[in-house]
Amino acid sequence: MPGNFRISYRRSFMNSVSALGSRLLYQVNFTGFTLILIFNAIIQMRHAFFKRREIIKQMYVSGVKSMVVCGIVALLGGMIFSLQIGLQLKTYGQSDFVPTMIINVMNKELGALLTGIILTAFSGAAMAAEVGTMKVSEEIDALEMMSINPVRYLVMPRMAAMMLMMPALTIYTVILGVLGAAVICYFQLGMSMESYFRRIVESIWFKDMYVCMLKSLVFAVIISSISCANGLKAGNGALGVGHATRVSVVSSLLMILVSGYFITSLFYGGFL
Amino acid sequence: MIELVNVHKSFNDKKILDSVSIRIEKGETFVIIGQSGVGKTTILRHIAGFFDPDHGDVFIDSERMNGAGTGKKARLRERMGFLFQSGALINWLNVRENVALPLVEHKLGSISEINRIVDEKLELLQLLDSADKMPADISGGMKKRAGLARAIVRNPSIILYDEPTSGLDPVMSARINDMITRMKSELGVTSVVVTHDMVSAYNIADRIAMLYNGSIIECGTPEQIRGSSSPIVRQFIEGSLGGPIDV
Repeated sequence: MPGNFRISYRRSFMNSVSALGSRLLYQVNFTGFTLILIFNAIIQMRHAFFKRREIIKQMYVSGVKSMVVCGIVALLGGMIFSLQIGLQLKTYGQSDFVPTMIINVMNKELGALLTGIILTAFSGAAMAAEVGTMKVSEEIDALEMMSINPVRYLVMPRMAAMMLMMPALTIYTVILGVLGAAVICYFQLGMSMESYFRRIVESIWFKDMYVCMLKSLVFAVIISSISCANGLKAGNGALGVGHATRVSVVSSLLMILVSGYFITSLFYGGFL
Repeated sequence: MIELVNVHKSFNDKKILDSVSIRIEKGETFVIIGQSGVGKTTILRHIAGFFDPDHGDVFIDSERMNGAGTGKKARLRERMGFLFQSGALINWLNVRENVALPLVEHKLGSISEINRIVDEKLELLQLLDSADKMPADISGGMKKRAGLARAIVRNPSIILYDEPTSGLDPVMSARINDMITRMKSELGVTSVVVTHDMVSAYNIADRIAMLYNGSIIECGTPEQIRGSSSPIVRQFIEGSLGGPIDV
């Protein structure tokens, strides 16, 4: 009996190791697939003019349609953040620093991060579901059969549109976040609008702005490539599409946070 | 000419094709019959270059499809049209745009030329009235005809049909069968058709092959298949419950 138990224990351990190894191999394979997809999509951007109609359509779908959600989140985010720090700083008589903190946080982190999270949920999920549905309904195969490169036809326009809209939406999010904070500063902290916006303008740094734009571009590439890659790898009907969508949202959010940390660390951690 | 030489294919350790060898002559209509899930579509996908065999080779006009790079596969596919089971229309394009897609993407002519070719194909398949409808707004049969119009829009020399008449009413099936026959007689197209529909198979085929347990167990003219003495073939073509095929 102890011998049998040992064999069964060893087999179950080996099965677990094998499953872990398979999972790891799949992840390495998928990461390679996504990186090649990014590379190919960037190469295909030379056809962007020919695909301009599709790019504009995608800009509308992934950008313009998410403006309302972005606006609400940014406005309320700015209000909540300024209220929290404003009430704390007011007790020390330092509420004049609220505008400086607001513009710094929005420019350095929150603007790109909030926009990235919203676009992941709003556009990334839609992209993964759309491309995944095309995959399971043989439309991708049909494109290949017509010698039409799916990366050029599907991925490149989505990535280009996201790269154009994400920085624009990030600026929009920063502006609305600052406006939301202005409302709180005026009504709850008793700060004049003139003094609030003067401090905002004084605290805008060029470096913060270009790092913010860089982040938004990196997030755009992450969201579009991970979503399209998951869609292209979808399988097993509706279940496969659902799985691809879920995985694409979770992976995009994780990658946004990880890359956001590294970009911040690179530019503000003493490296550059 | 299409040639499959000793093709083996397994998915997840399950053997789907076991030493399949087929030679389809230019201008021939070759029909593959067999139970669902037996690997008929897998053969079409090998010919189209979506799958590479585990062992064996696939040749299109003496050029090897398996192992070919993306460029060579794209070049070989230019000679082929594929009618997918669901039609596989791009869902955000209307019927006309779907049919025009390969011409537009490869810039094969001016807008007026492309419109003329597309109208010609749509008329051939009696779809002109539905040209501006979206795929979601048309029936399964119309989707299939639109898929066929798109498959033939570049006048391919080979057309692969995956269940062209499944889900269609008898009149529409007869129209599709007629189309397949006309493609052969008027344009000399080589057709490979995967179907369960024996009426359709007898009508259109020059040769019929039966796939069973991953192998071609019988191949011959419709008359030879009708008169086959193989109990498996007999059970399949007669659609009877009793016999060697597991139901």
